[in-house]
Amino acid sequence: MSGPLAEVTAEGGHGAVPTGPQVPVADQPRVSRRDWPLYEVFVRGKRGLNHVHVGSLHAPDDEMAVHAARDVYTRRNEGVSIWVVEAAAITASSPDEKDPMFAPSGDKVYRHPTFYEIPEDVPHM
Amino acid sequence: MSAPALERPADGPVDTAALQQQFDAVIAAGHRIEPRDWMPEGYRKTLIRQIAQHAHSEIIGMQPEGDWLLSAPSLRRKAILLAKVQDEAGHGMYLYSAAETLGADRADLTDKLITRKQKYSSIFNYPTPTYADVGVIGWLVDGAAICNQVPLCRSSYGPYARAMIRVCKEESFHQRQGYELLMTMMRGTPEQRAMVQDAVDRWWWPSLMMFGPPDDDSPNSAQSMAWGIKRHSNDELRQRYVDMSVPQAEVLGVTLPDPELALDPATGRHRFGAIDWDEFKQVISGSGPANAERIARRRAARDDNAWVTEAATAYAAKHAADAA
Repeated sequence: MSGPLAEVTAEGGHGAVPTGPQVPVADQPRVSRRDWPLYEVFVRGKRGLNHVHVGSLHAPDDEMAVHAARDVYTRRNEGVSIWVVEAAAITASSPDEKDPMFAPSGDKVYRHPTFYEIPEDVPHM
Repeated sequence: MSAPALERPADGPVDTAALQQQFDAVIAAGHRIEPRDWMPEGYRKTLIRQIAQHAHSEIIGMQPEGDWLLSAPSLRRKAILLAKVQDEAGHGMYLYSAAETLGADRADLTDKLITRKQKYSSIFNYPTPTYADVGVIGWLVDGAAICNQVPLCRSSYGPYARAMIRVCKEESFHQRQGYELLMTMMRGTPEQRAMVQDAVDRWWWPSLMMFGPPDDDSPNSAQSMAWGIKRHSNDELRQRYVDMSVPQAEVLGVTLPDPELALDPATGRHRFGAIDWDEFKQVISGSGPANAERIARRRAARDDNAWVTEAATAYAAKHAADAA
């Protein structure tokens, strides 16, 4: 082994603290990726299907978010189209199943075809 | 959605008992918890720790095989290995993405990895001195990972389960390319067959350790299983893995390095020898053969490539200014 790694030796016992010149310090790069916004990624699997949420990533702008999404989420023909949107731009309901927002549809059984009794010998229905 | 948990409306005291009851009911029904649901703080912390540790393992896991990228024996093997190592990076990204839905920050998680505040799988602290190691990692290490990860596709936390589904789809390629590589070497010269056997001898026991400590020494397992984060105990998965690997070793023509390994005709399962848990504890706590190198390289990757982050940020700023 050559280069800076050669100078790192493991000090056993309590955690292989590097004893070489690269002793851990809490340094941060001047511009950090933590300043990049979070994007949500949606992929259309094939023509005829909706875009579906697949995950998220950080990128410095919209265009680079699309490129990064291609590398992270479509390495095996998983999609034919990608949407990215800043997570902060999404307004969401709570997905909680008992959320009162979705309660009004719970008691309207007449909105479903199975509510209606039709004799079995009526064709094409 | 990766937004942090929704603040509950401040129109009265929060009824924690009712929220807990609702959470318990979702778990009991086998439904998934989603990011903006209320969840007990212990559940959130356990998940962040487990998902981060899993993500770190994928990222550090690029290194043992990455060492062979420039020395692959053919263009075909090199293309395969490159695709595999890229997948490991992708798996890390899926998992960091899942961790962020819990309110963690992925740059913080990387810092915790580099400063050893969070761990990664002990298996990646072993070196890869021969090309047969690439094959054995695919067969045994990714095989163990599949055993661990398939049940996690039904984990109670939605984003984690969904990330695992993506990961598992790709792991199958990893295992098969490794096994095929080994079959090719086993058809080769006596020296090549000896290389395969040597690699199996070195990786078998560490791969059994991938399932974690035995059940009676795994204090957090019961709670993780009650929460539906884990679906099977460490020992249960380890047994399943041994039973799967034995016939694969036979077809390959290698010997697993355990004289006590034998089929128990009564149960149809394999008995196997005692695992050296002292070695496991040493490696996980930092004294393995390659721990220092793995972390130093991850730190160097962050620091030496900081200019890429800076350039991309400057590029984005310039384009935004030009468009304005």
